Amino acid sequence: MSHPLPLNNQDNQESFVLNLGPQHPATHGVLRVKLTMDGEYIMHAEPVLGYIHRMHEKMGENRTWAQFMPNTGRMDYLSALSFNHGYAALVERAMGIEVPERAEYLRVITVELNRISSHLVWFGAFILDLGGFSPLLYAFDDREHILDLLESVTGSRLTYCYFRFGGLYNDIDENFVDGTREFIKTMRERLPMYHNLVTKNIILIKRLKDIGPIPKETIRKYGATGPVARGSGVDYDIRRNEPYSIYPEFDFDIPVYTECDSMARYMVRMDEIEQSMRIIEQALDKLPEGPVMAPKVPKILKPPKGDYYQAVESARGSLGMRAVSDGTNKAYRLKLRSPTFSNLSLFSEVSEGMLLPDALALMGSLDLVIPEIDR
Amino acid sequence: MDFSKLKERLTALALIEEVPAAPPAAPAKGEEEQPAAEPAAPVSRPAANDINYPARGFHFEVKVAADSVVAAATILDEEGFFLEAVTGVDWIKEKELEVVYDFTIWQPTCRVVVRTRLNREAPEVPTISEVCPGANWHERETHDFFGIKFSGHPDLTPLLLPEDADFHPLLKDFQV
Amino acid sequence: MNSEIIRVLAFLVGVIAFAALNAAYLVWLERKEAGHIQRRIGPKEVGPFGLLQPMVDGIKLMTKQILIPDGVDPILFRLAPILAMIPAIMCFVTIPFSQELVARNINLGLLMIFAFASINVLALLLGGWASANKYAVISAARAVAQNVAYEIPMLVTVITMVMITGTLNLNDIVAQQPNISQWYIFRFSASPLMPVAFLIFFICSLAETNRAPFDLNEAESELVAGFHTEYSSMGFGLFFMGEYANIVIGSSLAVILFLGGWQDPFGLFPGVWWFLIKLYCLIFTVIWIRWTYPRTQFYGLLNLSWKILIPISLFNLLLTAGFLKVF
Repeated sequence: MSHPLPLNNQDNQESFVLNLGPQHPATHGVLRVKLTMDGEYIMHAEPVLGYIHRMHEKMGENRTWAQFMPNTGRMDYLSALSFNHGYAALVERAMGIEVPERAEYLRVITVELNRISSHLVWFGAFILDLGGFSPLLYAFDDREHILDLLESVTGSRLTYCYFRFGGLYNDIDENFVDGTREFIKTMRERLPMYHNLVTKNIILIKRLKDIGPIPKETIRKYGATGPVARGSGVDYDIRRNEPYSIYPEFDFDIPVYTECDSMARYMVRMDEIEQSMRIIEQALDKLPEGPVMAPKVPKILKPPKGDYYQAVESARGSLGMRAVSDGTNKAYRLKLRSPTFSNLSLFSEVSEGMLLPDALALMGSLDLVIPEIDR
Repeated sequence: MDFSKLKERLTALALIEEVPAAPPAAPAKGEEEQPAAEPAAPVSRPAANDINYPARGFHFEVKVAADSVVAAATILDEEGFFLEAVTGVDWIKEKELEVVYDFTIWQPTCRVVVRTRLNREAPEVPTISEVCPGANWHERETHDFFGIKFSGHPDLTPLLLPEDADFHPLLKDFQV
Repeated sequence: MNSEIIRVLAFLVGVIAFAALNAAYLVWLERKEAGHIQRRIGPKEVGPFGLLQPMVDGIKLMTKQILIPDGVDPILFRLAPILAMIPAIMCFVTIPFSQELVARNINLGLLMIFAFASINVLALLLGGWASANKYAVISAARAVAQNVAYEIPMLVTVITMVMITGTLNLNDIVAQQPNISQWYIFRFSASPLMPVAFLIFFICSLAETNRAPFDLNEAESELVAGFHTEYSSMGFGLFFMGEYANIVIGSSLAVILFLGGWQDPFGLFPGVWWFLIKLYCLIFTVIWIRWTYPRTQFYGLLNLSWKILIPISLFNLLLTAGFLKVF
């Protein structure tokens, strides 16, 4: 349902400014949106960023290549392993390091687990935005299994620093494999329940269907990626379009919905949980024996002069990293292209003329993680 | 899809740069412009190169003059590319600031990098936010970090830095 | 002193105590129920099953400082919470908990309840307006639009009921429903749409009391806390108690009008217990709904009222009138 904006007050006499954030329940962190409102209609929305800007890019210039690795886990706190992966792959590309096959498999397994946990948090928080409290607790219950699994292998629960240049910090044990299979089994039972209880709920459908449509062209103009783009009919996923690691080995689908609305973005993420589980299952079946660390990785990394780019698919979209090396042990310049930065930039255009609750449904469907936007 | 037409159009915009003549055996377009071992007479050619993707992570780069940036972005936009990021690099020894535009396309994979170099004392480049609205925030961020002025940009107030910030932290002479 | 005055005073004290305690223990029930719906335990630390938790919460609320922010309308800001609580207590006066247990058995009881219940929306409006907070003002505007929209189908349904019962005296209405088959929800001889009428009444009372899924004026993901954003301490506490008192009144009316009030279906205990059992079953459902459904949109809410509930309730009114005329 589209709502024509009753903008007959061109002199804006009746409009007022509403500050959504930086402390507000709907912004999931410290995002601030400056809304110019006409009643409950949004005339103009201007996101104000930077409340937890930490200048990771400058830190990248002041630390050695290896010292920056822990930073990558502290941007997108919900899918930290994707950032790990992007940075590790970037430096490996620059140094020409070959990663052992077992390490690549384990990278894919852990990243996909992390993707599921990220989508679960989003699922709970999104329904919470819409006023449904209970799914959050169920989603966190499932996520807890993933956090336990990842903790057993990476040593941390949220800000992972698991990947190393040329491999991994730690090999998995048998419990991890069994635990992951067990998790997939329970998750396969939980997903239909979520669909029955939440997706099919008439109120939820009414709140998401046709709300916040993002046309394909807007997606392209703003460079939006990830589930946001795939909900608008854009068949673009770095894992398949620009394969890295060993993703070509696996058989998985890229869920694409052409409705462009919040419901489509919701469905993309729910389907991605299933696809990630498929990838994990195949990876566990095929998991080769061998070392998890490349044999000859130099202690001090000095990538040759030049610049390098690496893109990976994080839970939120295309995560790009650009490193400029001057041949020393520190990056000359490290650029982090975070997906939600671009995804959020279209909010201003799309939310114009929407009702406040609908705009918040749209914002929730963008899956924002503020530390990742602010870096 | 073949990108030869796109590359042709972008090459036409490229700066002419002098590179040392390559040894006769090697192809004219090398992976990188590495200084040749033996001194040879430099040749002039457009600064647009195919890049070794597995080694570098992108397919094509083109160096343009600052005032050709909008034209390059328009060409890429017409060909269906979208802007991934805008960023800067401070080449303090050369007294230059480089602005790097990353473009890519949904399908098939092709990453194009557009570069332009600006005078470090008065860095100014036209905005491409008219062509790609997504560039708006990326340019603001670059302005925050490097002080590069994007002329014609609708709003260059600090995006990530505090609203009264008058410093540019990613410049190499910025003291932490 | 006149024994009648003593009786009324005793009832007033009793009603205030009931309203306050009830609100406190409904919070406990709400938290417990929410906990179990969400695979948690809920409050358990203070007292057995956390039963003393509401007391502790109450003490905390009462000992907190009442903050009056700068820029608010000082009189209206203080008046609004009182205005939210008093009418709710007044409504209890006519509610028959059993045949004898009723403070004032007046003939216009139903009318009086609706007269006082409509003051509630004024309290929300005043609270929102006096707070000088944009979220609160938006919330107050929503509350008024919502209450106006849902008062109509509710009153039309009540008029239908009054046509059938022929009285506004709540005790008489209950007396007309001595056993289950004669409960008005199943009185198909009066109108085949009686269960629908009950449903309309129940939905409207959810909306009137601003309960989920119609809690748009305190939608915390949109309006922070709605009209009581700026209230602290017992200012907030009174709004809170008023809200729960209104839930009790709404559910009581549903029980009295449709579910036989204090009439006991099987004997066993005296009527007052049956009244409370029926009442708390309904309240349990209200809480259950809150923790199950997401929030509706505003236009969805108004569409439901104006396009669905009002036509159906008007149709039911005509149908009932026809039935009464013919049979």
